Amino acid sequence: MIFTIAGKELRTLFASPLAWVVLTVMQLIVGYAFLRRLDDFLQMQPQLMQMAAAPGITELVAGPIFGTAAALLLFAVPVLAMRLIAEERRNQTMVLLMSAPVSMTEIVLGKFLGLAAFLAAIVALTALMPLSLAGAARLDYGMLAGLVAGLVLLAAAFAAVSLFVSCLTVHPVVAAICAFATLLVMVLAGEAAGDGLRARGWTVAASLAQVVSPIKSFEPFSKGMLDTYAAACLVLLAVLFLALAIRQLDAQRLRG
Amino acid sequence: MHTTSTDRAPAIATMPEPEAASTISARGLTRTFGNHIAVNDITLELRRGEVLGFLGPNGAGKTTTMHMLTGNLAPSRGEISICGIDLLEEPSAAKARIGYLPEVPPLYRELTVDEYLELAAKLHRVPRARRREAVATARQRCGLTEAGAKLIGTLSRGYQQRVGIAQAIVHAPDVVVLDEPTVGLDPNQIRDIRALIRELGGAHSVILSTHILPEVEAVCDRVQIMHHGELVYSDTIAALKQFESGATLLVGLRRPPPPAELAALPGVAAAEAVEPTLYRVQFAAGADPTDALVKAAAARDWGLYQLKPAQTTLEDVFVHLTRQEEPQ
Repeated sequence: MIFTIAGKELRTLFASPLAWVVLTVMQLIVGYAFLRRLDDFLQMQPQLMQMAAAPGITELVAGPIFGTAAALLLFAVPVLAMRLIAEERRNQTMVLLMSAPVSMTEIVLGKFLGLAAFLAAIVALTALMPLSLAGAARLDYGMLAGLVAGLVLLAAAFAAVSLFVSCLTVHPVVAAICAFATLLVMVLAGEAAGDGLRARGWTVAASLAQVVSPIKSFEPFSKGMLDTYAAACLVLLAVLFLALAIRQLDAQRLRG
Repeated sequence: MHTTSTDRAPAIATMPEPEAASTISARGLTRTFGNHIAVNDITLELRRGEVLGFLGPNGAGKTTTMHMLTGNLAPSRGEISICGIDLLEEPSAAKARIGYLPEVPPLYRELTVDEYLELAAKLHRVPRARRREAVATARQRCGLTEAGAKLIGTLSRGYQQRVGIAQAIVHAPDVVVLDEPTVGLDPNQIRDIRALIRELGGAHSVILSTHILPEVEAVCDRVQIMHHGELVYSDTIAALKQFESGATLLVGLRRPPPPAELAALPGVAAAEAVEPTLYRVQFAAGADPTDALVKAAAARDWGLYQLKPAQTTLEDVFVHLTRQEEPQ
Protein backbone atom coordinates (compact mmCIF):
# COMPACT_ATOMS: atom_id res chain seq x y z
CA MET A 1 0.00 0.00 0.00
CA ILE A 2 2.90 2.33 0.83
CA PHE A 3 4.38 1.61 -2.59
CA THR A 4 1.05 2.24 -4.32
CA ILE A 5 0.96 5.71 -2.81
CA ALA A 6 4.66 6.25 -3.47
CA GLY A 7 4.16 5.26 -7.10
CA LYS A 8 1.25 7.63 -7.45
CA GLU A 9 3.28 10.49 -5.92
CA LEU A 10 6.17 9.82 -8.27
CA ARG A 11 3.85 9.73 -11.26
CA THR A 12 2.19 13.01 -10.24
CA LEU A 13 5.59 14.61 -9.71
CA PHE A 14 6.75 13.66 -13.18
CA ALA A 15 3.43 14.78 -14.65
CA SER A 16 3.98 18.30 -13.33
CA PRO A 17 6.26 20.79 -15.08
CA LEU A 18 7.55 21.84 -11.66
CA ALA A 19 9.55 18.66 -11.15
CA TRP A 20 11.15 18.94 -14.58
CA VAL A 21 12.03 22.59 -14.02
CA VAL A 22 13.64 21.76 -10.67
CA LEU A 23 15.57 18.89 -12.24
CA THR A 24 16.76 21.09 -15.10
CA VAL A 25 17.82 24.01 -12.95
CA MET A 26 19.64 21.75 -10.50
CA GLN A 27 21.40 19.96 -13.34
CA LEU A 28 22.47 23.27 -14.88
CA ILE A 29 23.87 24.69 -11.64
CA VAL A 30 25.54 21.47 -10.49
CA GLY A 31 26.91 20.95 -14.00
CA TYR A 32 28.39 24.45 -14.02
CA ALA A 33 29.94 23.89 -10.58
CA PHE A 34 31.32 20.57 -11.78
CA LEU A 35 33.02 22.14 -14.81
CA ARG A 36 34.45 24.99 -12.72
CA ARG A 37 35.85 22.52 -10.18
CA LEU A 38 37.27 20.36 -12.94
CA ASP A 39 38.93 23.40 -14.48
CA ASP A 40 40.45 24.38 -11.12
CA PHE A 41 41.66 20.85 -10.61
CA LEU A 42 43.38 20.76 -14.00
CA GLN A 43 45.14 24.04 -13.23
CA MET A 44 46.23 22.85 -9.81
CA GLN A 45 47.37 19.48 -11.07
CA PRO A 46 51.11 20.34 -11.47
CA GLN A 47 51.28 21.54 -7.87
CA LEU A 48 49.35 18.60 -6.59
CA MET A 49 51.81 16.24 -8.27
CA GLN A 50 54.57 17.61 -6.04
CA MET A 51 52.65 17.15 -2.80
CA ALA A 52 53.24 14.07 -0.72
CA ALA A 53 49.65 13.23 0.27
CA ALA A 54 47.78 15.26 -2.29
CA PRO A 55 44.00 15.26 -2.21
CA GLY A 56 42.52 13.25 -5.09
CA ILE A 57 40.14 14.27 -7.79
CA THR A 58 37.17 12.82 -5.88
CA GLU A 59 37.85 15.03 -2.88
CA LEU A 60 38.54 18.13 -4.94
CA VAL A 61 35.78 17.79 -7.52
CA ALA A 62 33.07 15.43 -6.26
CA GLY A 63 33.10 16.72 -2.66
CA PRO A 64 32.37 20.36 -3.57
CA ILE A 65 29.72 19.58 -6.17
CA PHE A 66 27.85 17.40 -3.69
CA GLY A 67 28.07 20.36 -1.33
CA THR A 68 26.53 22.54 -4.03
CA ALA A 69 23.80 19.98 -4.57
CA ALA A 70 23.13 19.89 -0.81
CA ALA A 71 22.70 23.64 -0.72
CA LEU A 72 20.40 23.54 -3.75
CA LEU A 73 18.27 20.82 -2.16
CA LEU A 74 17.57 23.24 0.68
CA PHE A 75 15.59 25.25 -1.89
CA ALA A 76 14.38 22.43 -4.10
CA VAL A 77 12.94 20.00 -1.54
CA PRO A 78 10.40 22.45 -0.02
CA VAL A 79 9.17 23.21 -3.55
CA LEU A 80 8.91 19.55 -4.51
CA ALA A 81 7.26 18.60 -1.22
CA MET A 82 4.79 21.48 -0.99
CA ARG A 83 2.01 19.71 -2.85
CA LEU A 84 2.28 16.40 -1.01
CA ILE A 85 -0.46 16.97 1.55
CA ALA A 86 -1.39 20.64 1.14
CA GLU A 87 -2.55 20.28 -2.45
CA GLU A 88 -4.45 17.07 -1.78
CA ARG A 89 -6.37 18.82 0.94
CA ARG A 90 -6.90 21.92 -1.17
CA ASN A 91 -8.24 19.88 -4.11
CA GLN A 92 -10.16 17.67 -1.67
CA THR A 93 -8.54 14.56 -3.12
CA MET A 94 -7.31 13.55 0.32
CA VAL A 95 -10.74 11.99 0.78
CA LEU A 96 -9.79 9.23 -1.67
CA LEU A 97 -6.89 8.20 0.57
CA MET A 98 -8.77 8.72 3.81
CA SER A 99 -11.78 6.66 2.71
CA ALA A 100 -9.58 3.84 1.46
CA PRO A 101 -8.46 1.14 3.87
CA VAL A 102 -5.10 2.84 4.32
CA SER A 103 -3.66 4.08 7.60
CA MET A 104 -2.23 7.54 8.14
CA THR A 105 1.19 5.96 8.59
CA GLU A 106 0.91 4.35 5.18
CA ILE A 107 -0.18 7.62 3.59
CA VAL A 108 2.69 9.58 5.12
CA LEU A 109 5.32 6.92 4.42
CA GLY A 110 4.03 6.44 0.88
CA LYS A 111 4.25 10.13 0.13
CA PHE A 112 7.65 10.35 1.75
CA LEU A 113 8.98 7.42 -0.25
CA GLY A 114 7.59 8.82 -3.50
CA LEU A 115 9.40 12.10 -2.93
CA ALA A 116 12.53 10.29 -1.71
CA ALA A 117 12.61 8.28 -4.94
CA PHE A 118 12.51 11.49 -6.94
CA LEU A 119 15.27 13.00 -4.80
CA ALA A 120 17.30 9.82 -5.27
CA ALA A 121 17.12 10.52 -8.99
CA ILE A 122 18.57 13.99 -8.37
CA VAL A 123 21.38 12.46 -6.30
CA ALA A 124 22.02 9.88 -9.02
CA LEU A 125 22.27 12.60 -11.66
CA THR A 126 24.71 14.49 -9.43
CA ALA A 127 26.78 11.35 -8.94
CA LEU A 128 26.89 10.77 -12.71
CA MET A 129 29.04 13.89 -13.18
CA PRO A 130 32.11 12.72 -11.25
CA LEU A 131 31.45 9.21 -12.56
CA SER A 132 31.88 10.55 -16.09
CA LEU A 133 35.57 10.98 -15.23
CA ALA A 134 35.94 7.28 -14.47
CA GLY A 135 37.62 6.59 -17.81
CA ALA A 136 40.20 9.36 -17.43
CA ALA A 137 41.02 9.34 -13.72
CA ARG A 138 41.17 6.99 -10.78
CA LEU A 139 38.16 7.77 -8.62
CA ASP A 140 37.82 7.05 -4.93
CA TYR A 141 34.64 4.98 -5.14
CA GLY A 142 34.45 4.60 -1.37
CA MET A 143 34.29 8.34 -0.91
CA LEU A 144 31.82 8.69 -3.78
CA ALA A 145 29.55 6.11 -2.15
CA GLY A 146 29.80 8.02 1.12
CA LEU A 147 28.85 11.25 -0.65
CA VAL A 148 25.86 9.60 -2.31
CA ALA A 149 24.72 8.10 1.00
CA GLY A 150 25.16 11.42 2.78
CA LEU A 151 23.25 13.38 0.18
CA VAL A 152 20.42 10.80 0.16
CA LEU A 153 20.11 11.01 3.94
CA LEU A 154 20.25 14.80 3.84
CA ALA A 155 17.56 14.90 1.14
CA ALA A 156 15.42 12.49 3.19
CA ALA A 157 15.71 14.71 6.26
CA PHE A 158 14.76 17.78 4.22
CA ALA A 159 11.86 15.85 2.69
CA ALA A 160 10.52 14.75 6.08
CA VAL A 161 10.60 18.31 7.43
CA SER A 162 8.92 19.67 4.28
CA LEU A 163 6.31 16.92 4.33
CA PHE A 164 5.41 17.79 7.90
CA VAL A 165 5.06 21.48 7.03
CA SER A 166 2.87 20.50 4.07
CA CYS A 167 0.46 18.89 6.56
CA LEU A 168 -0.03 22.20 8.34
CA THR A 169 -1.59 24.25 5.57
CA VAL A 170 -3.82 23.87 2.53
CA HIS A 171 -1.82 26.35 0.47
CA PRO A 172 1.07 24.69 -1.36
CA VAL A 173 3.03 27.93 -1.78
CA VAL A 174 2.71 28.74 1.90
CA ALA A 175 3.90 25.21 2.64
CA ALA A 176 6.96 25.69 0.42
CA ILE A 177 7.92 29.02 1.97
CA CYS A 178 7.38 27.79 5.53
CA ALA A 179 9.30 24.58 4.88
CA PHE A 180 12.21 26.56 3.46
CA ALA A 181 12.15 28.94 6.43
CA THR A 182 12.00 26.04 8.87
CA LEU A 183 14.95 24.28 7.22
CA LEU A 184 16.97 27.48 7.08
CA VAL A 185 16.35 28.25 10.74
CA MET A 186 17.21 24.67 11.69
CA VAL A 187 20.46 24.76 9.71
CA LEU A 188 21.55 28.16 10.99
CA ALA A 189 20.35 27.85 14.57
CA GLY A 190 21.65 24.29 14.90
CA GLU A 191 25.03 25.35 13.62
CA ALA A 192 25.24 28.45 15.81
CA ALA A 193 24.08 26.56 18.87
CA GLY A 194 26.54 23.76 18.17
CA ASP A 195 29.46 26.16 17.82
CA GLY A 196 28.46 28.15 20.87
CA LEU A 197 28.08 25.08 23.04
CA ARG A 198 31.33 23.56 21.82
CA ALA A 199 33.15 26.82 22.62
CA ARG A 200 31.99 26.49 26.21
CA GLY A 201 33.18 22.91 26.28
CA TRP A 202 29.70 21.36 26.46
CA THR A 203 30.41 18.72 23.86
CA VAL A 204 27.43 16.50 24.57
CA ALA A 205 25.00 19.39 24.19
CA ALA A 206 26.84 20.47 21.05
CA SER A 207 26.49 16.99 19.60
CA LEU A 208 22.78 17.04 20.38
CA ALA A 209 22.42 20.39 18.61
CA GLN A 210 23.76 18.68 15.52
CA VAL A 211 20.51 16.67 15.27
CA VAL A 212 18.59 19.76 14.17
CA SER A 213 21.30 20.97 11.82
CA PRO A 214 21.19 18.63 8.82
CA ILE A 215 23.86 20.46 6.80
CA LYS A 216 26.25 20.09 9.73
CA SER A 217 25.57 16.36 9.69
CA PHE A 218 26.32 16.28 5.98
CA GLU A 219 29.76 17.87 6.39
CA PRO A 220 31.64 14.72 7.45
CA PHE A 221 30.34 12.93 4.34
CA SER A 222 31.65 15.67 2.06
CA LYS A 223 35.10 15.26 3.64
CA GLY A 224 35.08 11.57 2.87
CA MET A 225 34.31 10.46 6.42
CA LEU A 226 31.70 7.88 7.24
CA ASP A 227 30.40 9.35 10.47
CA THR A 228 27.77 7.07 11.98
CA TYR A 229 26.72 9.75 14.44
CA ALA A 230 26.04 12.19 11.62
CA ALA A 231 24.10 9.52 9.73
CA ALA A 232 22.10 8.74 12.86
CA CYS A 233 21.32 12.45 13.30
CA LEU A 234 19.89 12.66 9.77
CA VAL A 235 17.86 9.47 10.17
CA LEU A 236 16.58 10.62 13.54
CA LEU A 237 15.52 13.97 12.12
CA ALA A 238 13.63 12.27 9.28
CA VAL A 239 11.89 9.79 11.59
CA LEU A 240 10.97 12.54 14.04
CA PHE A 241 9.30 14.70 11.41
CA LEU A 242 7.54 11.76 9.76
CA ALA A 243 6.09 10.83 13.14
CA LEU A 244 5.00 14.45 13.62
CA ALA A 245 3.34 14.40 10.19
CA ILE A 246 1.39 11.23 11.04
CA ARG A 247 0.30 12.74 14.33
CA GLN A 248 -0.74 15.93 12.60
CA LEU A 249 -2.93 14.11 10.07
CA ASP A 250 -4.50 11.99 12.79
CA ALA A 251 -5.23 15.13 14.78
CA GLN A 252 -6.89 16.67 11.73
CA ARG A 253 -9.19 13.68 11.42
CA LEU A 254 -10.19 14.16 15.04
CA ARG A 255 -10.47 17.92 14.85
CA GLY A 256 -12.15 18.12 11.47
CA MET B 1 -24.18 -36.42 17.92
CA HIS B 2 -26.97 -36.60 15.44
CA THR B 3 -29.30 -34.48 17.47
CA THR B 4 -26.73 -31.73 17.96
CA SER B 5 -26.11 -31.43 14.25
CA THR B 6 -29.82 -31.11 13.50
CA ASP B 7 -30.12 -28.64 16.33
CA ARG B 8 -27.42 -26.52 14.81
CA ALA B 9 -28.73 -26.62 11.28
CA PRO B 10 -31.34 -23.88 11.69
CA ALA B 11 -28.85 -21.76 13.56
CA ILE B 12 -26.48 -21.96 10.62
CA ALA B 13 -29.27 -21.18 8.20
CA THR B 14 -30.11 -17.99 10.06
CA MET B 15 -26.46 -17.06 10.54
CA PRO B 16 -26.01 -14.86 7.44
CA GLU B 17 -29.04 -12.82 8.35
CA PRO B 18 -27.66 -10.55 11.04
CA GLU B 19 -24.76 -9.80 8.73
CA ALA B 20 -27.00 -9.27 5.75
CA ALA B 21 -29.51 -7.31 7.78
CA SER B 22 -27.59 -4.09 8.18
CA THR B 23 -24.60 -2.84 6.29
CA ILE B 24 -24.25 0.43 8.16
CA SER B 25 -25.32 0.86 11.69
CA ALA B 26 -24.54 4.08 13.47
CA ARG B 27 -25.65 4.77 16.99
CA GLY B 28 -25.67 8.04 18.91
CA LEU B 29 -23.43 9.72 16.37
CA THR B 30 -22.43 13.18 17.54
CA ARG B 31 -19.91 15.62 16.22
CA THR B 32 -19.02 18.95 17.69
CA PHE B 33 -16.73 21.65 16.33
CA GLY B 34 -15.80 23.69 19.35
CA ASN B 35 -19.13 24.78 20.82
CA HIS B 36 -21.03 24.17 17.62
CA ILE B 37 -22.89 20.88 17.47
CA ALA B 38 -22.82 19.88 13.80
CA VAL B 39 -24.42 16.47 14.24
CA ASN B 40 -26.40 15.56 17.30
CA ASP B 41 -27.13 12.00 18.34
CA ILE B 42 -27.94 10.51 14.95
CA THR B 43 -28.93 6.89 14.69
CA LEU B 44 -28.82 5.37 11.27
CA GLU B 45 -29.49 1.88 10.06
CA LEU B 46 -29.03 0.73 6.49
CA ARG B 47 -30.16 -2.71 5.37
CA ARG B 48 -28.57 -4.66 2.58
CA GLY B 49 -30.02 -3.85 -0.81
CA GLU B 50 -31.61 -0.66 0.43
CA VAL B 51 -31.26 2.81 -1.06
CA LEU B 52 -31.47 5.47 1.62
CA GLY B 53 -32.19 9.07 0.70
CA PHE B 54 -30.40 11.46 2.99
CA LEU B 55 -31.93 14.90 2.90
CA GLY B 56 -31.61 18.19 4.61
CA PRO B 57 -31.09 21.86 3.90
CA ASN B 58 -27.58 23.16 3.41
CA GLY B 59 -25.63 23.10 6.63
CA ALA B 60 -27.86 20.50 8.25
CA GLY B 61 -24.90 18.22 8.89
CA LYS B 62 -25.32 15.75 6.04
CA THR B 63 -21.77 16.00 4.77
CA THR B 64 -20.38 15.84 8.28
CA THR B 65 -22.39 12.67 8.89
CA MET B 66 -21.17 11.14 5.65
CA HIS B 67 -17.59 12.05 6.50
CA MET B 68 -17.98 10.23 9.78
CA LEU B 69 -19.61 7.18 8.18
CA THR B 70 -16.71 6.89 5.75
CA GLY B 71 -13.98 7.37 8.31
CA ASN B 72 -12.85 10.78 7.11
CA LEU B 73 -13.79 12.44 10.35
CA ALA B 74 -13.74 10.97 13.82
CA PRO B 75 -17.07 11.29 15.66
CA SER B 76 -17.06 13.08 19.01
CA ARG B 77 -19.37 10.41 20.39
CA GLY B 78 -21.16 7.37 19.10
CA GLU B 79 -20.29 4.22 17.26
CA ILE B 80 -20.36 3.14 13.65
CA SER B 81 -20.21 -0.37 12.38
CA ILE B 82 -19.95 -1.40 8.75
CA CYS B 83 -21.25 -4.92 8.10
CA GLY B 84 -20.68 -5.65 11.77
CA ILE B 85 -17.11 -4.32 11.76
CA ASP B 86 -16.47 -1.40 14.07
CA LEU B 87 -15.17 1.51 12.00
CA LEU B 88 -13.25 3.05 14.87
CA GLU B 89 -11.71 -0.20 16.12
CA GLU B 90 -10.82 -1.76 12.78
CA PRO B 91 -10.80 1.12 10.30
CA SER B 92 -9.03 -0.77 7.52
CA ALA B 93 -11.37 -3.76 7.46
CA ALA B 94 -14.42 -1.50 7.68
CA LYS B 95 -13.26 1.01 5.09
CA ALA B 96 -12.62 -1.78 2.57
CA ARG B 97 -16.39 -2.28 2.47
CA ILE B 98 -17.33 1.34 1.76
CA GLY B 99 -17.18 3.32 -1.43
CA TYR B 100 -17.50 7.08 -1.06
CA LEU B 101 -18.14 9.80 -3.56
CA PRO B 102 -17.80 13.12 -1.72
CA GLU B 103 -19.40 16.35 -2.88
CA VAL B 104 -16.24 17.29 -4.74
CA PRO B 105 -15.06 14.15 -6.55
CA PRO B 106 -11.51 13.35 -5.38
CA LEU B 107 -9.98 13.20 -8.85
CA TYR B 108 -6.36 13.49 -9.88
CA ARG B 109 -6.55 15.58 -13.01
CA GLU B 110 -3.14 14.52 -14.26
CA LEU B 111 -4.03 10.81 -14.42
CA THR B 112 -6.00 9.03 -17.12
CA VAL B 113 -9.32 7.43 -16.22
CA ASP B 114 -7.78 3.96 -16.32
CA GLU B 115 -4.76 4.93 -14.24
CA TYR B 116 -7.00 6.59 -11.71
CA LEU B 117 -9.44 3.69 -11.38
CA GLU B 118 -6.50 1.30 -11.18
CA LEU B 119 -5.13 3.41 -8.31
CA ALA B 120 -8.50 3.42 -6.56
CA ALA B 121 -8.72 -0.36 -6.92
CA LYS B 122 -5.21 -0.79 -5.53
CA LEU B 123 -5.92 1.51 -2.60
CA HIS B 124 -9.02 -0.53 -1.81
CA ARG B 125 -6.99 -3.71 -1.86
CA VAL B 126 -8.55 -5.33 -4.90
CA PRO B 127 -6.26 -8.32 -5.61
CA ARG B 128 -3.99 -7.86 -8.64
CA ALA B 129 -5.65 -10.71 -10.53
CA ARG B 130 -9.09 -9.10 -10.37
CA ARG B 131 -8.00 -5.49 -10.73
CA ARG B 132 -8.22 -5.18 -14.50
CA GLU B 133 -11.64 -6.76 -14.52
CA ALA B 134 -12.83 -4.55 -11.64
CA VAL B 135 -11.71 -1.42 -13.47
CA ALA B 136 -13.39 -2.57 -16.69
CA THR B 137 -16.64 -3.33 -14.87
CA ALA B 138 -16.71 0.00 -13.05
CA ARG B 139 -15.95 1.84 -16.29
CA GLN B 140 -18.67 0.01 -18.14
CA ARG B 141 -21.26 0.55 -15.40
CA CYS B 142 -20.62 4.27 -15.35
CA GLY B 143 -20.60 4.67 -19.13
CA LEU B 144 -16.89 5.38 -19.36
CA THR B 145 -15.98 2.61 -21.80
CA GLU B 146 -14.70 5.08 -24.38
CA ALA B 147 -12.95 7.37 -21.93
CA GLY B 148 -10.37 4.96 -20.47
CA ALA B 149 -7.30 6.58 -22.01
CA LYS B 150 -8.37 10.20 -21.53
CA LEU B 151 -6.86 12.50 -18.95
CA ILE B 152 -9.34 13.25 -16.18
CA GLY B 153 -8.48 16.96 -16.37
CA THR B 154 -9.75 17.13 -19.95
CA LEU B 155 -13.11 15.49 -19.26
CA SER B 156 -16.33 17.45 -18.95
CA ARG B 157 -17.93 17.97 -15.55
CA GLY B 158 -20.47 15.20 -16.14
CA TYR B 159 -17.81 12.69 -17.12
CA GLN B 160 -15.68 13.65 -14.13
CA GLN B 161 -18.70 12.97 -11.95
CA ARG B 162 -19.00 9.52 -13.54
CA VAL B 163 -15.34 8.82 -12.83
CA GLY B 164 -16.06 9.79 -9.24
CA ILE B 165 -18.87 7.26 -9.06
CA ALA B 166 -16.74 4.61 -10.78
CA GLN B 167 -14.08 5.19 -8.14
CA ALA B 168 -16.65 4.57 -5.40
CA ILE B 169 -17.83 1.23 -6.79
CA VAL B 170 -14.64 -0.20 -8.30
CA HIS B 171 -13.99 -2.49 -5.33
CA ALA B 172 -17.62 -3.72 -5.21
CA PRO B 173 -18.21 -2.33 -1.72
CA ASP B 174 -21.12 -3.37 0.46
CA VAL B 175 -22.06 0.24 1.04
CA VAL B 176 -21.85 3.06 -1.44
CA VAL B 177 -22.13 6.58 -0.04
CA LEU B 178 -22.89 9.19 -2.68
CA ASP B 179 -22.94 12.89 -1.86
CA GLU B 180 -24.97 14.67 -4.55
CA PRO B 181 -23.97 12.36 -7.40
CA THR B 182 -26.10 13.94 -10.14
CA VAL B 183 -24.91 17.52 -9.78
CA GLY B 184 -23.68 18.90 -13.09
CA LEU B 185 -25.06 16.11 -15.24
CA ASP B 186 -27.37 16.53 -18.21
CA PRO B 187 -30.87 14.99 -18.03
CA ASN B 188 -29.85 11.86 -19.93
CA GLN B 189 -26.87 11.28 -17.71
CA ILE B 190 -29.05 11.82 -14.66
CA ARG B 191 -31.36 9.07 -15.88
CA ASP B 192 -28.38 6.76 -16.40
CA ILE B 193 -26.96 7.50 -12.98
CA ARG B 194 -30.34 6.97 -11.32
CA ALA B 195 -30.67 3.64 -13.07
CA LEU B 196 -27.18 2.81 -11.88
CA ILE B 197 -28.03 3.73 -8.30
CA ARG B 198 -31.12 1.51 -8.44
CA GLU B 199 -28.98 -1.26 -9.85
CA LEU B 200 -26.41 -0.78 -7.08
CA GLY B 201 -29.23 -0.98 -4.57
CA GLY B 202 -29.75 -4.58 -5.65
CA ALA B 203 -26.53 -6.05 -4.30
CA HIS B 204 -25.09 -3.18 -2.28
CA SER B 205 -26.68 -0.60 -0.05
CA VAL B 206 -26.59 3.01 -1.06
CA ILE B 207 -26.78 6.22 0.91
CA LEU B 208 -27.70 9.04 -1.39
CA SER B 209 -27.52 12.64 -0.35
CA THR B 210 -29.22 15.11 -2.63
CA HIS B 211 -31.28 18.26 -2.87
CA ILE B 212 -33.30 16.95 -5.77
CA LEU B 213 -36.41 15.57 -4.12
CA PRO B 214 -37.97 13.83 -7.14
CA GLU B 215 -34.68 11.95 -7.39
CA VAL B 216 -35.19 10.59 -3.91
CA GLU B 217 -38.76 9.59 -4.71
CA ALA B 218 -37.55 7.91 -7.88
CA VAL B 219 -34.71 5.81 -6.49
CA CYS B 220 -34.86 5.57 -2.72
CA ASP B 221 -36.55 2.99 -0.52
CA ARG B 222 -36.29 5.05 2.60
CA VAL B 223 -35.81 8.68 3.51
CA GLN B 224 -34.11 10.37 6.40
CA ILE B 225 -34.28 14.11 6.79
CA MET B 226 -31.76 16.03 8.85
CA HIS B 227 -32.22 19.49 10.22
CA HIS B 228 -29.89 21.45 12.48
CA GLY B 229 -27.79 18.36 13.02
CA GLU B 230 -30.70 16.18 14.11
CA LEU B 231 -32.72 13.52 12.41
CA VAL B 232 -36.27 14.84 12.04
CA TYR B 233 -37.85 12.24 9.77
CA SER B 234 -37.18 8.65 8.94
CA ASP B 235 -39.59 6.44 7.03
CA THR B 236 -39.98 4.50 3.83
CA ILE B 237 -41.02 6.19 0.61
CA ALA B 238 -43.89 3.72 0.34
CA ALA B 239 -45.16 4.69 3.79
CA LEU B 240 -44.93 8.32 2.89
CA LYS B 241 -47.07 7.82 -0.20
CA GLN B 242 -49.56 5.43 1.37
CA PHE B 243 -49.97 7.55 4.42
CA GLU B 244 -50.82 10.74 2.63
CA SER B 245 -52.12 9.64 -0.76
CA GLY B 246 -55.86 10.35 -1.36
CA ALA B 247 -56.29 12.21 1.88
CA THR B 248 -56.84 15.45 0.01
CA LEU B 249 -58.15 16.41 -3.39
CA LEU B 250 -57.43 19.43 -5.48
CA VAL B 251 -60.68 20.55 -7.08
CA GLY B 252 -60.82 23.14 -9.83
CA LEU B 253 -64.20 24.83 -10.24
CA ARG B 254 -64.96 27.55 -12.81
CA ARG B 255 -67.95 28.88 -10.87
CA PRO B 256 -66.95 28.07 -7.30
CA PRO B 257 -69.44 28.07 -4.44
CA PRO B 258 -68.39 29.45 -1.05
CA PRO B 259 -65.98 27.03 0.70
CA ALA B 260 -68.54 26.36 3.41
CA GLU B 261 -70.81 24.74 0.83
CA LEU B 262 -68.02 22.37 -0.18
CA ALA B 263 -67.16 21.60 3.39
CA ALA B 264 -70.78 20.73 4.04
CA LEU B 265 -70.69 17.80 1.61
CA PRO B 266 -70.77 14.37 3.28
CA GLY B 267 -67.30 13.01 3.95
CA VAL B 268 -65.50 16.33 3.56
CA ALA B 269 -63.66 17.53 6.62
CA ALA B 270 -62.52 20.91 5.37
CA ALA B 271 -62.16 22.94 2.20
CA GLU B 272 -59.91 25.87 1.57
CA ALA B 273 -59.27 28.00 -1.48
CA VAL B 274 -55.74 27.66 -2.84
CA GLU B 275 -56.44 29.92 -5.79
CA PRO B 276 -59.73 31.69 -6.65
CA THR B 277 -60.93 28.67 -8.64
CA LEU B 278 -58.89 25.93 -7.01
CA TYR B 279 -59.84 24.27 -3.73
CA ARG B 280 -58.06 21.87 -1.49
CA VAL B 281 -60.61 19.46 -0.06
CA GLN B 282 -59.63 17.47 2.97
CA PHE B 283 -61.35 14.14 3.56
CA ALA B 284 -62.90 13.10 6.80
CA ALA B 285 -61.18 10.07 8.29
CA GLY B 286 -62.02 6.92 6.39
CA ALA B 287 -64.37 8.64 3.94
CA ASP B 288 -63.99 9.15 0.19
CA PRO B 289 -66.27 11.97 -0.91
CA THR B 290 -65.02 12.06 -4.52
CA ASP B 291 -68.28 10.70 -5.94
CA ALA B 292 -70.43 13.06 -3.91
CA LEU B 293 -68.27 15.94 -4.96
CA VAL B 294 -68.53 15.18 -8.67
CA LYS B 295 -72.30 14.71 -8.43
CA ALA B 296 -72.73 17.95 -6.51
CA ALA B 297 -70.53 19.80 -8.98
CA ALA B 298 -72.63 18.54 -11.90
CA ALA B 299 -75.97 19.14 -10.17
CA ARG B 300 -75.15 22.65 -8.94
CA ASP B 301 -73.27 23.67 -12.12
CA TRP B 302 -69.92 24.57 -10.51
CA GLY B 303 -68.05 24.02 -13.75
CA LEU B 304 -65.70 21.26 -12.57
CA TYR B 305 -62.53 21.29 -14.69
CA GLN B 306 -59.95 19.61 -12.51
CA LEU B 307 -59.98 16.85 -9.96
CA LYS B 308 -56.66 15.60 -8.73
CA PRO B 309 -55.53 13.74 -5.63
CA ALA B 310 -53.10 16.06 -3.89
CA GLN B 311 -50.45 13.68 -2.69
CA THR B 312 -48.33 14.99 0.03
CA THR B 313 -45.00 14.97 -1.72
CA LEU B 314 -41.65 14.60 -0.16
CA GLU B 315 -41.24 18.29 -0.81
CA ASP B 316 -44.18 19.09 1.47
CA VAL B 317 -42.75 16.91 4.20
CA PHE B 318 -39.31 18.39 3.71
CA VAL B 319 -40.48 21.99 3.77
CA HIS B 320 -42.79 21.29 6.68
CA LEU B 321 -40.07 19.72 8.78
CA THR B 322 -37.24 22.07 7.98
CA ARG B 323 -39.15 25.36 8.09
CA GLN B 324 -40.82 24.65 11.41
CA GLU B 325 -37.90 25.47 13.62
CA GLU B 326 -36.80 28.51 11.67
CA PRO B 327 -38.07 31.12 14.21
CA GLN B 328 -35.73 29.67 16.82
